Amino acid sequence: MEKLAVSSSPHIKAPMTTSKIMTQVLIALIPAGIAATVIFGGRALILIGFCVAFSVIWEKLFSVVTKRKDTTDDLSAVVTGLLLAYNLPVTIPLWMAGIGTFVAIIIVKQLFGGIGQNFANPAITGRIVLMLSFPSAMTTWAEPFYYSAKDVVTGATPLVTGDATYKELFLGTIGGSLGETCSLALIIGGIYLMARNIIKPYAPAAFLGTIMVFSFIAGKDPIYQLLSGGIILAAFFMITDYVTAPVTDIGKVIFGIGCGVITCVIRFYGGKAEGASYAILLMNILVPYIDMVTSSTPFGAKKAEKIKEGEK
Amino acid sequence: MEINNIRLPHNKGTEKAETITIPLPKRVKILLSQHMGVPCLPLVKSGDKVFVGQKIGDIDAFMSTPVHSSVSGTVEAIVDYLPANGRTCKAIVIESDGLQKASDEVKPPKITDTKSFLKAVRESGCCGLGGAGFPTHVKLTFDKEKTPVDTLVINGAECEPYITSDYREMVENSQDIYDGIKLLQKYLDIERAFICIEDNKPLAIEKLTKISENDDKVSVKKLASSYPQGAEKVTTYAATKRVVKEGELPLNQGVLVVNVSTVGFINRYINNGMPLVEKRVTIDGDAILTPCNARVLIGTPISSVLDFADCNKEIVDKLIAGGPMMGMCIHDFETPVCKTNNAFLGFKKPKKKEEQTNCIRCSRCISACPMKLMPTSIEKAYDRKDKAWLKKLKVNLCMNCGSCSYVCPAKRDLAEKNQLAKRLLAEK
Repeated sequence: MEKLAVSSSPHIKAPMTTSKIMTQVLIALIPAGIAATVIFGGRALILIGFCVAFSVIWEKLFSVVTKRKDTTDDLSAVVTGLLLAYNLPVTIPLWMAGIGTFVAIIIVKQLFGGIGQNFANPAITGRIVLMLSFPSAMTTWAEPFYYSAKDVVTGATPLVTGDATYKELFLGTIGGSLGETCSLALIIGGIYLMARNIIKPYAPAAFLGTIMVFSFIAGKDPIYQLLSGGIILAAFFMITDYVTAPVTDIGKVIFGIGCGVITCVIRFYGGKAEGASYAILLMNILVPYIDMVTSSTPFGAKKAEKIKEGEK
Repeated sequence: MEINNIRLPHNKGTEKAETITIPLPKRVKILLSQHMGVPCLPLVKSGDKVFVGQKIGDIDAFMSTPVHSSVSGTVEAIVDYLPANGRTCKAIVIESDGLQKASDEVKPPKITDTKSFLKAVRESGCCGLGGAGFPTHVKLTFDKEKTPVDTLVINGAECEPYITSDYREMVENSQDIYDGIKLLQKYLDIERAFICIEDNKPLAIEKLTKISENDDKVSVKKLASSYPQGAEKVTTYAATKRVVKEGELPLNQGVLVVNVSTVGFINRYINNGMPLVEKRVTIDGDAILTPCNARVLIGTPISSVLDFADCNKEIVDKLIAGGPMMGMCIHDFETPVCKTNNAFLGFKKPKKKEEQTNCIRCSRCISACPMKLMPTSIEKAYDRKDKAWLKKLKVNLCMNCGSCSYVCPAKRDLAEKNQLAKRLLAEK
């Protein structure tokens, strides 16, 4: 007879796994992908496929070179590739997108220890590096449905021109990055994630609320500010990233408010039209401190004694 | 405020299974330490004749409870035994003569006041039958002046999956439970009593509600079927909204929590004088062909119990004493049944092993912890052996309910880390 297995309790585990969570996020991102393909044509699909493929390839390559366990089956690289693609203009040369995936996967994620260990959001940081390196390619916005016209027509985003209608903003028939223009598709995805209990509403609500209030005080149109640029994508898919956001509910609220305030400051008073990416990266750095000050008070706990210096 | 909880698959397939008595084993091995506290010393020696209910082990210590023979027969040997908790104790091996003759010692105790009641409870060999094994007479001994206990909470939550032994007690012996509650109320002078039952046990709720309907001092509280509803602090809060603070017992908040099977047993002992020599256990799991509720004698080898439930031991990969959330693994089929056992679960080898991956900071463990701890932070602090931070994170409040490990998508052993962290803090 074989020996009986011995392990510590509990002996049952919930069916949820990291890859199942990532699958849910991917499902939630499908509507935005469909919208991007409809609005920006077949090249959107090519760009998405390229970014996803290269994200996975980089991660596999890294595991081979460093002789570490291959973690690509957790699907987080697929999510990162998809999110990065959604943050790029449809006309960007593929090699630039390739650099973006390299920065996101290798530099931001793997070099810090792989999934769960990175302090900054890989897709956001990839986008920022591309923006600083190739500012003109990253701000060449194709007009929606350009593919049915003879030449590629480019223009500024509505965030700069300020002349789009609410309907255009909501449906995404405007210039902008691949996956961020169609607010409707992103909101569907966000609601799906909340309904599936993958994300909590705290950070998105705080983020969106802060932007509305700030815009109103600054004399801007709150709805216009919400629906233009990458706000909705950021609200449901960027600031809700588990790894780079605080772990407590109150921490998530603080994080959302912080992202909202910095976004607005950059938008209204800074040199960039779009501030959400920088806001998220800045707030990512603060996450360990937010976690520290918002740690929960245990049930029935007496006040913790002050930790004395050097007592370890 | 609602206490964090999780929902588990109940898997209570044995709830309709009436308790059946398993055949008399040839031999029983009775451990002299089946409870928290001081182990007993043997009162018999090899070759002695013993009878059912005869006291065979005791010690002159408050924090202890005697053990009794579960069979009539001859003492074969007194041996050293290594139980699952790793603390070697003595065990008395008795060969059964098949007659099950009761000892002369077995007669209803004379009870006149609180003192004699508590003495009787000690003599019954009773300890917390919910699984913790705290000597019951110790729990019932308190100073009414210092700790004015006004509420008796009878814990019938049974929130662990699979287990239905408390449920069967409530259905089969509801009168014993009610009468036991009246005894405790009378001798300990406790004003009100709540019988707390999860709402997935409607029959138990119906029976006990009916029995206590003309008694305004006893009422049934229907609790949500969530985990860990039966944990003492959680049940106390659910029944009375009183928060048991760090380092306190429910007693400090005026609440005495007693398990349903314990209170039912106390009533039977007071009436017939037969000490704790048998236990109802649920036998279930995917390696068990005929899941059931069985009445087994203390000291019966688990292998006989499994045989009774048609279990092919070859396919058992994991054998658990208790529920799947907090139960302990048994490494040997010949382990004897103890007073605190309420279930034996046999599981086949899982098809695929789930590997531990990196924490993705999803915070599910934080939302699940009934004590509102932060298991992910505790794990990190433990890994760097940061005692000061562990103290601040209050890992000492962890009751090892296992909710954090259960919900973790990265399959990390958070509950185990909490226990290791507690031990690290206890080190000097």
